[in-house]
Formats: sequence, C-alpha cells, structure tokens
Amino acid sequence: MSKTPSVKGITSSFGSRVAGLPKPAKIGMWIALAVFAYALPLLEPPFISPPGTDFGGVLFTVTIYMLVALGLNIVVGYAGLLDLGYVGFYAVGAYTAAILTTFHANWPLLLALPFAVLASTVSGILLGAPTLRVRGDYLAIVTLGFGEIIRLVALNTEWLGASKGINDIARPPGVELFEIPHLNWDSGTPLLDFNDTTTFIEFGVLDQIPYYWMGLTVVIIVLFADKLIKDSRVGRAWEATREDEDVAELMGVPTFRFKLLAFATGAFIGGLAGALYASRQSFINPLSFLLLFSIMFLAAVVIGGQGNRWGVLVGAFLVAYLPERFREFTDFRVLVFGAALMLLAIFRPEGLLPPRRTVRAKQAAAEIEALEEGADGEETSRV
Amino acid sequence: MSEDQSTTTSSRRRVLEIDALTLQFGGLTALDDVTFHIEEGEILGLIGPNGAGKTTCFNAITGIYRPTRGDIRFEGTSIAGHKRFQITQLGVARTFQNIRLFRSMTALENVLVGADAKHSTGMASALFRLPKHRREEREGHDRAMELLAFMGLQKRADELAANLSYGDQRRLEIARAMATEPKLICLDEPAAGFNPAEKAQLMELIRRVRDQGYTVLLIEHDMKLVMGVTDRIVVLEFGRKIAEGTPAEIRDNPAVIAAYLGVDEEDAS
Ligand SMILES: Nc1ncnc2c1ncn2[C@@H]1O[C@H](COP(=O)(O)OP(=O)(O)O)[C@@H](O)[C@H]1O
Ligand SMILES: [Mg+2]
Repeated sequence: MSKTPSVKGITSSFGSRVAGLPKPAKIGMWIALAVFAYALPLLEPPFISPPGTDFGGVLFTVTIYMLVALGLNIVVGYAGLLDLGYVGFYAVGAYTAAILTTFHANWPLLLALPFAVLASTVSGILLGAPTLRVRGDYLAIVTLGFGEIIRLVALNTEWLGASKGINDIARPPGVELFEIPHLNWDSGTPLLDFNDTTTFIEFGVLDQIPYYWMGLTVVIIVLFADKLIKDSRVGRAWEATREDEDVAELMGVPTFRFKLLAFATGAFIGGLAGALYASRQSFINPLSFLLLFSIMFLAAVVIGGQGNRWGVLVGAFLVAYLPERFREFTDFRVLVFGAALMLLAIFRPEGLLPPRRTVRAKQAAAEIEALEEGADGEETSRV
Repeated sequence: MSEDQSTTTSSRRRVLEIDALTLQFGGLTALDDVTFHIEEGEILGLIGPNGAGKTTCFNAITGIYRPTRGDIRFEGTSIAGHKRFQITQLGVARTFQNIRLFRSMTALENVLVGADAKHSTGMASALFRLPKHRREEREGHDRAMELLAFMGLQKRADELAANLSYGDQRRLEIARAMATEPKLICLDEPAAGFNPAEKAQLMELIRRVRDQGYTVLLIEHDMKLVMGVTDRIVVLEFGRKIAEGTPAEIRDNPAVIAAYLGVDEEDAS
C-alpha cells in the first residue's frame, strides 16, 4: 500500500502559517484590553457605572453570566445541543459549595470548589448519558425538566435548606496587601480619591470589586481553554456533529461520546459559575435558580451569536448589565427585553456577533441568489 | 478495455465480502441474497438501474442498515452490526449520492474531520497541547493539504464547503473519505451531474486513487464510463445480482442489456 504524497510543496506554506507567532502588537492590544477590564470598576466612568448600585457587584454578575454563556456556548453553539435547563448545573455547583463550606461541613472555599465542579460535571454526565442518544427536541424537553427538578428537590429537601436556603457560604481567602484608590469624577475631571479605596485583595461584604477580579480571571482562563479545545480534534468533532450527525458518525466521529463530552464540559463551567456566585452571595435559596435564569443564559448565548466565544461574551454583558444600568425602568424591563429580542430576531437572526463562517456562508448565499435573480426571473418571483 | 486485468484476479486478497446479503424495509426487499466480493487494489463497479439497491448496499456496508440476513466481512471479520464510526475506523470510507459535506466548515476542516478518524486526541491532550495533539494536528494538516492538492482544491482550502462549486464539492467528498485512510473507498455516483468531459476527468482521478493503493467500490450508472475504469462489474436489478464479470463480459451479457434496454441513461440515475 503506497498512498504516496502526490504534491508536497503546498503543505509547507501552511506549516509556516501555524508556526508564525501572533504579532507583538496584537499581544499588546490584548494586554491593554485586559488591564482596562480589570481597572474598570476603579475608574468608575461616569455614564457607564450604574448610578445607585455598586459597580463592582454589577460587574461581578456580568462575569458570572459570561462564564455561564461560555459554558452553554459549548453545548449549544459548538455541539448544537439545545439545553433549556442549564441553571440546573449552576444550582448543583452552588449547592455543593454551600453544603460543603457551611451547612454540613466547614471546608474552605478553595477545597469545596473542585467538589462543586465535580458534582455538576457528574450530574451532566448522568443527565446526558441516557438523553443524548435521542435527537434535538427530546433533549430540550428533558433538560428543561432537569433544571426544574433540581430546583424542586432543593425546595423540598431539609438537607438542602428547603425554601429557607443556606446562609454563610464561605468566601474566598484574601490577603490584604495594599489599598487601591478609585477615581472620582465629581469635579468633571478624574481625580484619585484616597477616601474611596479597594483593598487588594479582601473578599468583604461591602466592596465587591475583588470578586469581580476573581470572576474576570476565571473568565479569561476559560476563554483560553475554550480556544485550545475548539482548535483541536475535539472542536472539529463537535462542529461536524452539529452540522450533520449521521455523516460525522460515518466519517469516524463517535458522536455520542463527543456530545457527552460537550455536555460534561458545559456542566463543569456551569457548576463553577454557580459555586462562585454562591460564594459572593454568601446566601442561596431555590429562588436563585428559577427557570427564568436558564432562559436568560440561553438569551445571552443567542443574542451574542452562538458559536462565537466573543459574541456570547457580548451577549452575556448585555443581558447582565443593561437591566442593572437602567434600573429606573425596572417596570418596563421585560417589555424592553422582549422588544429587543424581537428586533434581533428580525434583523440579526444569528445574533449580534455570529461566527465568521456563518457570515461568510450568508454572503455567499446572497451572491448566488443575486446571480439567480439575474438569470432566472420566474424562479425568484415565487420567493 | 484495459489490458492490466490479465493477472489471475482470484488469487488476490479479498478486502470485502458480501455474503448472501438480504435487506428488507418492511415488505420491500431492497437487497435479495446478494453475494459478491472486492479484491485488494481493484476498482469494482456496482451498476444497475435506478432503485436497484446500489445505495442500500453501501448503506449496509457502512453500518447505516443492519442486514436482515447474510453477512458482510471486511478483511475476514464480520462488520454487520458494528457501529458506523467503528467501521470507518476499521478502514471503510464513503461518499454520498447527494452531497453531504459539513457545509459551514471549510474545505480543509472537512478533510481534517476525516483525518481525525485515525486520531485519538482528547480533551486533556488538546487543552494542554500535549505532544500527541501537536503530532496529530501536524500530520492531519499535511495529509489534508496533500489530498486537497490531489483533488485540485488546494486554493480552496479555506473556503467554506457550502461556497464551493458543485464539482469541487464532489471532489471534496472524495478527499474527505480518503483522509480517513481507508482500505476500501466507496463512491456513490461521484460523477452525477457532471458533463461528459468532467466525467472522463473524474474517472481518470478515480484510477489515480486506486493507483495510490486504495481499493475502490464505484457506483455509476453510465455504462460506458464504468466499462473504461473498472476491473470487474457487479450488476444489480430489483435488489438481485443479475451479472458479474469483466467489463467485456458484462457488455455482452443479455440480462444486462435487457435491464438497461429502453432505459434512458440520464434517467437511470
Ligand atoms: N430507508 C428506506 N426505507 C424504505 N425503502 C428504502 C429505503 N432506502 C431505500 N429504499 C428502497 O430500496 C430500493 C433501492 O433503493 P436504492 O438503494 O437507493 O437504489 P439505487 O440503486 O438507485 O441507489 C428503492 O426501491 C428504495 O425506494
Ligand atoms: Mg443510489
């Protein structure tokens, strides 16, 4: 058997492209962006920081939504599995952290965290193993049920605090090193305000900024991991499965195994987000895990553009931040949200930032349509 | 036709054996007691009028349908009842009569998915960029680019599959199948929709595929083309094998002539 390479030269250009490191300018830009993100709550920019609420707290919520959106994007965007009960994994992570750090044990948070994540991952595998063999619609219904069952179990189990919930969940350990002053914009120009400082790094009750820093750090780590996984055999297998499951299987992809892997990975990240959320809140009860949250998480992914990690980050930011920024319109929140979703569905059905491939495919389709229109009038008149 | 089939064909190793294969859909018998085999390094033509059961036969070989009766052996071991991805990993690859590419993946990515059939990189390996990931990724890319070049698609590597021309999509399907490093490659009407010149080119390409060491099972209804490229031909009609032999034998076979008589070539797809 000699499957001889027929053409050799073409491959070398690809090798050099892979080996070519990204430009220093590019790295510098990313670092600048990261520094800005970390500094954002200290800068307290006038219009952006929401009036009357703690900016750090809002930003922490944003990072939790970002984490959740990244996790759910793997399941929905990459593998194409509709999960309507993602809050279930979030709840498993939160409750595990809660019972291990205060309710039934006194572990430090950092010890409880791996177990919280393990519990949510295992719950993902247990849910996925029987259900991922069936197709789309069933999965949506089963996951929807799962999210509700987790909440109802928590609500009806004394061991999990029932409706009263669980108090005094452990905070992350801190080391108080130094104080960082905030900016004050009252005079119109930004001034360093030494009366308003954040302790680096103390996870207290009043100042939420350190939690935000923690959340942001986890988001960045997950973002890197997401990229590494996506650009590999695993990511390709997910995409092929989403595109055409039967053909993927016929091309040697064990689709069930990869769907389960996507589910488990999503559950892992969801559980992590839940545990961090519980630690910041220091208090959880079943109301923290309503079906509504599953829908908000999914909205973040869909609005941003499923399949594109940057898109879902934007979606998470919008879904978590806008309601906090415009609290004065609280009464109209649902109305505005609904209207925005409808507009989006009409004008950008693939989300605000769809994956580049979707954009390209759409462009090509439009070009073909334009060509056909020129060539064949009666065909297009039906459309 | 070709003189290179003078070798005593029966002495060669059998890659695939279809043994009394019967496949029923409810009351419909799509394949009825079909027996044939493919020898290593040959191009076997599977022909027959529309609805004869050719595609169904592919579907049975690649594990989409489980045989109602009979057996399918690949390199001596039965693969009936194996999972589809396992059959591919063992060394059987195919293309589809109706093109089924991963449309929103690039041409290169399509071929890489095929190449991944022989890879085992998992989560940990990818996440920590372990040597296995790097090696498989490099080998996969090199092989994929080779295959794209072989198919004349190297310039289209980063184009989405959906944006390729019809002919390029057909060729990309063959490249994707070849990337799984199969011993047997099954082509389901790869020239469908081509004009005569393109068809002739494709047949030349298929011959070159075989020359690279692959064994080819080819479905094609254009008799003239099949005659030119295949070593042996199996003819199906209404799910039954009605003839088997060299192209010359098939051409003069009265049963085959009867089956094809009055059937317009383009309709016979
Ligand atoms: N999944 C199926 N269910 C029922 N009938 C089928 C199925 N697949 C194929 N058939 C029938 O089997 C027969 C053979 O079809 P096929 O193998 O596609 O023919 P061809 O030789 O043209 O490729 C046809 O009568 C077809 O209608
Ligand atoms: Mg067919």
